[in-house]
Amino acid sequence: MTSTLSSRRAPLANPGEQLALLQASTEGRPDFQEMLRGAGWPALTPAALEIFQINLGKLCNMTCRHCHVDAGPDRSDAMMTRDTVDACLRALDQTSAHTVDVTGGAPELHPEFRYLVDEAHKRGKHVIDRCNLSVLLLPRNAGLAEWLADRDVEIVASLPHYRQRNTDAQRGDGAFEKSIAALRLLNAAGYGQGNPRRILSLMTNPAGAFLAAPQSSVENEWKAALQRDFGITFDRLLALNNMPISRFLEWLIESNNLDSYMSRLIDNFNAGAINGVMCRNTISVSWDGRLFDCDFNQMLDLDAAPSMRIETFDAAAWQQRNVVTRAHCFGCTAGAGSSCGGATA
Amino acid sequence: MSDHYYAPDHLKAFGTISEGAPELGKKFFEYYSAVFAAGALTEREKALIALAVAHTVQCPYCIDAYTTECLQKGSDLEQMTEAVHVACAIRGGASLVHGMQMKEHAAKVGM
Repeated sequence: MTSTLSSRRAPLANPGEQLALLQASTEGRPDFQEMLRGAGWPALTPAALEIFQINLGKLCNMTCRHCHVDAGPDRSDAMMTRDTVDACLRALDQTSAHTVDVTGGAPELHPEFRYLVDEAHKRGKHVIDRCNLSVLLLPRNAGLAEWLADRDVEIVASLPHYRQRNTDAQRGDGAFEKSIAALRLLNAAGYGQGNPRRILSLMTNPAGAFLAAPQSSVENEWKAALQRDFGITFDRLLALNNMPISRFLEWLIESNNLDSYMSRLIDNFNAGAINGVMCRNTISVSWDGRLFDCDFNQMLDLDAAPSMRIETFDAAAWQQRNVVTRAHCFGCTAGAGSSCGGATA
Repeated sequence: MSDHYYAPDHLKAFGTISEGAPELGKKFFEYYSAVFAAGALTEREKALIALAVAHTVQCPYCIDAYTTECLQKGSDLEQMTEAVHVACAIRGGASLVHGMQMKEHAAKVGM
């Protein structure tokens, strides 16, 4: 188990330090913009806005080694206020985004979580809860699975592997057992059984310095294994590469894997993955109301350009921007591509 | 020139082996890619077979390459270790089953 960079006052808690390290580790290689141009994208332009992603804050009951948010139990310093939640809802009403994607930290720990979910549901939006699973077992969240089911909320649950070793290696000892208990709870609430109003998606990140498995080729194996070993069912598997930022960046440096991982991302650049990257159809709102192209840019303090705030959101201006990119973006275009919705190619 | 055998950089430069025989190199690498594409076996299953064979032929390049490949195809350490044990069992079994020849010959020449 690790602790947050923030609590250790580690230099890497500073996004500028992270960006400098990424720049240094890719020195001499083509930069992301060059690769985009070579693939026929002079600039990374937005597609129609579909997903309104709201990061409620960095508070989490877990402290996973790969967390790109630097979330943890000590991060109650970064929590969205009710006023900002209301500003998100007003902005949402200006868009035709069909999905509200609620993330954190563990968004379920946020005092405004149920209010936000209720309001988005009332507006007819598809709501996604990015859930770490173990949070559902906390006494304060008794009955939450049923409450979410009543509002047709899709659960996107993090589970690195359908076996214990890789899950505990990434998320801490005991995480797998808790994940299985929480998945059983979700199944009992009607999730993961083919009902489009009770969708249970599992999200897998590699437990190490390698690319995500191709989700389409391993989904059946996951389904068979979880059913066989634990009697658990789910609807779909999403595979996401780890972004070389925050605590995963720290692990890459400590394990002497940073240069080889960045080379792997660049060597596996897939032009076919560009069209579907999340920054093109998503708006990402931070706990303090700033707007970003994606959750990863948010954690690196790479504000959308020009910088905007949710209180003064202008839907037309949002569509006219170009996405801000740096070396970490290779994480979303490597292999089968990677986004909050899984593979993009 | 490297001053030792099995330089790690050789794996990255493997494609340059085609320089001496371009047509054969092209055919080999095309064949190689086709072998590892999903077919009756999945890519993950083929990677596990390759990992086991890599241990049998004791190729350090292949062991590094197919360890990463197995992980990237969704296998975990326990599954990969079992694959290596399959290689080990076949190697060991192959030695031991030759003992049958030893037994027969001993019976023939012995009293």
